Amino acid sequence: MKEKLQSIKEEALRQIQEADLPEKLNDVRVKFLGKKGELTAVLKGMKDVAAEERPKVGQMVNEVRAEIEGILEETKKKMDAKLLEERLKTEVIDVTLPSKKNVVGHRHPNTIALEEVENIFVGMGYEVVEGPEIEYDLYNFEKLNIPADHPAKDEQDTFYINKDIVLRTQTSPVQARIMEQGKLPIRMIAPGRVFRSDEVDATHSPSFHQIEGLVIDKNVSFADLKGTLEVFAKELFGPDTKTKFRPHHFPFTEPSAEVDVTCFKCGGKGCRFCKGSGWIEILGCGMVHPHVLEMCGIDPNEYSGFAFGVGLERIALLKYEIDDMRLLYENDIRFLKQF
Amino acid sequence: MNTSLSWVKAYVPDLDVTEQEYTDAMTLSGTKVEGYEKLDADLDKIVVGQIKKIERHPDADKLVICQVDIGTETIQIVTGAPNVEEGQKVPVVLDGGRVAGGHDGSKTEGGIEIKKGKLRGVESFGMMCSIEELGSTRDMYPEAPENGIYIFEDDVEVGADAVEVLGLHDAVFEYEITSNRVDCFSVIGIAREAAATFRKEFHPPVVTETGNNEDVNDYIKVTVENKDLCPRYCARVVKNIKIGPSPKWMQRRLASVGIRPINNLVDITNYVMEEYGQPMHAYDLDTIAKSEIIVRNAQEGETFVTLDGQERHLDKDVLMICDGEKSIGIAGIMGGENSMITDDVKTMLFEAACFDGTNIRKSSKRVGLRTDASGKFEKGLDPNNAKAAIDRACQLVEEMGAGEVVGGTVDVYSKVKEPVRVAFDPEAINTLLGTDIPKEEMLSYFEKIGLAYDEATGEIIAPTYRHDIFRMADLAEEVARFYGYDNIPTTLPKGESTTGKLSYKLRIEGVARDIAEFCGFSQGMTYSFESPKVFDKLRLAEDAPERKAIQILNPLGEDYSIMRTISLNGMLTSLATNYNRRNKDVRLYELGNIYLPQSLPLTELPEERMQFTLGMYGEGDFFTMKGVVEEFLEKVGMRKKETYDPNAGKPFLHPGRQANIIYDGTVIGYLGEIHPLVAETYGIGGRAYVAVIDMPEIVSRATFDRKYEGIAKFPAVTRDISMVVPKEILAGQIEEMIEQRGGSILESYKLFDLYEGAQIKEGYKSVAYSIVFRAKDRTLEEADVAKAMKKILNGLESMGIELRQ
Repeated sequence: MKEKLQSIKEEALRQIQEADLPEKLNDVRVKFLGKKGELTAVLKGMKDVAAEERPKVGQMVNEVRAEIEGILEETKKKMDAKLLEERLKTEVIDVTLPSKKNVVGHRHPNTIALEEVENIFVGMGYEVVEGPEIEYDLYNFEKLNIPADHPAKDEQDTFYINKDIVLRTQTSPVQARIMEQGKLPIRMIAPGRVFRSDEVDATHSPSFHQIEGLVIDKNVSFADLKGTLEVFAKELFGPDTKTKFRPHHFPFTEPSAEVDVTCFKCGGKGCRFCKGSGWIEILGCGMVHPHVLEMCGIDPNEYSGFAFGVGLERIALLKYEIDDMRLLYENDIRFLKQF
Repeated sequence: MNTSLSWVKAYVPDLDVTEQEYTDAMTLSGTKVEGYEKLDADLDKIVVGQIKKIERHPDADKLVICQVDIGTETIQIVTGAPNVEEGQKVPVVLDGGRVAGGHDGSKTEGGIEIKKGKLRGVESFGMMCSIEELGSTRDMYPEAPENGIYIFEDDVEVGADAVEVLGLHDAVFEYEITSNRVDCFSVIGIAREAAATFRKEFHPPVVTETGNNEDVNDYIKVTVENKDLCPRYCARVVKNIKIGPSPKWMQRRLASVGIRPINNLVDITNYVMEEYGQPMHAYDLDTIAKSEIIVRNAQEGETFVTLDGQERHLDKDVLMICDGEKSIGIAGIMGGENSMITDDVKTMLFEAACFDGTNIRKSSKRVGLRTDASGKFEKGLDPNNAKAAIDRACQLVEEMGAGEVVGGTVDVYSKVKEPVRVAFDPEAINTLLGTDIPKEEMLSYFEKIGLAYDEATGEIIAPTYRHDIFRMADLAEEVARFYGYDNIPTTLPKGESTTGKLSYKLRIEGVARDIAEFCGFSQGMTYSFESPKVFDKLRLAEDAPERKAIQILNPLGEDYSIMRTISLNGMLTSLATNYNRRNKDVRLYELGNIYLPQSLPLTELPEERMQFTLGMYGEGDFFTMKGVVEEFLEKVGMRKKETYDPNAGKPFLHPGRQANIIYDGTVIGYLGEIHPLVAETYGIGGRAYVAVIDMPEIVSRATFDRKYEGIAKFPAVTRDISMVVPKEILAGQIEEMIEQRGGSILESYKLFDLYEGAQIKEGYKSVAYSIVFRAKDRTLEEADVAKAMKKILNGLESMGIELRQ
């Protein structure tokens, strides 16, 4: 019996060694360990074994079975590993072949710049609102301290629909509209399209965008205006950006300023981009003129505020180094794809 | 506005700054310097030399050899200049020096270096210069010869700095003066600011009394008929006029700001205009009929010849200067040919007036004539400046010996302009600025710029030339300017906190952008105004409502003359641009307004409707576009099923490939393939597709509310049906039937096959749907599904659809 088991075992091991595919290993398992397998047959033949021998033989059979199973398992593992290794080898790809892209569209550079500006101010508690693009002369000019016959009306080259209605020349009328609603305090920005009768060229467009900003509250100061726009400039152009406030004149603010930022190309050393000055003008601002507050029903003795206006295209052209404004309105896909 | 630094220094003698320092400080105190030009930038080693001896060049007919005394030595210079003579004093650039350009007036950046060398074998140690080589022109230096070396006057010292003698060690500054600071359109105004900026003494010209013992009223009578348009009119008379050149210092100053010296009289009026900012005019008194000046409006349709010889057409709103018989000048704009000063003038009338700025501006536009004078008047001048200016002019006449000034001034000044008083509240100023500036410091700034303090009333008195100062905020600006904007602290607004957010409409537009871009569309922007031809290009009917568009009164041209009522033109134009440039597979979107008038002509603001416009050509078709629309509606929470009505009636779309998009019974937009004729008109080859979504309809229906509905726990049952359908029945009708009959267990359905062709009988198409049923609370029984299917199939059969088993 012992010899028989030994020969079964040897035969099994030999066949395991010969097997070159997992299926063949399985055949071996069935042949020796299966219900109709040779070891099973030995167990079935126990009735011919003397009763006292049976436990011993049973143990021997189980030992042989365990040994065969162990080797089978081990061999299978090795075989699987080898097969996997071979498969992986055959599946090598050229990772430098072109990618398969889902075609995604591109946002207009104006919008990208606008969203950056919006994010900065929304983070500071400003609401983003809008006003009409076709506007009453009253809001576009008069309520902004630009009465009839004011030279600023000519300067702004207004498109007229009739004597009372214009294409707004600035986003500032939104200031007046929001102030008139009388909900104080106010912190808002108002982006939008504005129009001036400039012929189209590399730096002019009869239609462009501005972003108006307005804060009205008690005790708002010029220092607050400076602080706010400094934060804005650093957020938009980088933490090393410095700002310079220059006195200027706008009819609807007093005092007024124009703001320069250090050239983000040369960092202020002076280059062709900033025409050697190291500074780039980006916006106009000031303390809301007390007469404007009065006209909008706000008591200038109780409330004060500041306002600013940024040219969106100017920001976009500067930030993305676009050298011709006309590109913004041609919608050539080769241009848009770069943003 | 331009000034030379030397002219400013004439009134601020202690000013000692570099050009850059001046530029920076003036800009920061509110007088923005746009740039400056150093007149001597390219001039180096140029001295006054005297020609001692001239000999012929042995080898060149056109050259001569000069021995030139340059003070320290005598050097030899070979020249081809035609005008040299022994004894002349001339500018000489020495070996290693630089001149600005060639004698033909061409300038070389950085100048031209002059080196000693040989001319036709004869040594030359420098060059004698023409005015052009020194960087100027005969216009500005009228004494210079037309062709040849500049010759100095005899009293010039040999060896002196020639650039100095010519007044070219100077810099000219260009300023951007804002409209509120009319006073700074004068050298005195600029100098006053400079003195305050640099804290130096300001010395304006001291105007002395002028005139003989005659009375001007014996020479001229002035009547101002329109006092509103002419608040002040000052006239003085000069007789025994001696026309001649003005002195060099005056010529140099005029030249430095680009004004050509002419003769003493013209130069004086120009000089005073620059110095005081007050335009003046001179009439030949002998041409003035009845010794009378009348200021009145022109006759409607009057024609008048101005001193430039042009005939001008006037209307009744143009203010005229007239004599007893005729018009002699357009007030504030230009004098007439009939009264102009000629070389034979004996007696002259000086006019310094103040005219209404708006009227001058408008008249100047209507007459089509803008002059230096009108440019100044239209800003609205200070009437109190007129008298000072005319007296200054007469002072210069006397000093220069240009004539005999008659005593007295005719001064018609109806409404005297008084200084404005503003309550001075240093605390309020500090609160507005966020500063802590002592009162005394504020007062010191005010004093520098001529704002007086009335201690008794606590008021600041603003001089009449400062017509921009009315209230506290205006004083705050003056304080801020001289305290320095840079020195004001930086803080952030305190007070109640507010919520930062986008308006709901803007949020929805953000979703539109996201979806469009996910679907491969890039954002374009087009103009809001366009040509009325657009309607024909889009094949719109003569009575189409889109043709009711708002017109711009003063457009840039017909192509930009109406406000768009339909967003497609911009999109199609952009697609065509791309097509022309051979860009493949282009997908664009735009978010922009259309403008719909309630009525025309416009009496109230039009409705501005935001349109979400998508356009594409190349890869993709109608259903690609339809997919984008549906993705968008889903993302903005519009979950009901939208339907499509092929009878959209859009003449610019393919008649068989267009649909209105209907949601909840309302048309919210349309989509379709561009009509081949329209595509051809725009120059788009191949098929192009567009979709336009009317955003207000979206904003009113969109929601960002979401509720979790759970994930199905019980299995679904799927049934496929295959049908032969009459061609005219739309998939949408089949789906409507499935939805109606499917009952509560209907989960979804999907078209999986559509075929028209050989195997299908004429007039029919083969359609197959996969229908999914599921119950939320149990596993469906076969009977449930069979019941629902039976209903659906019966319904379909009732439509004339044959079922294929």
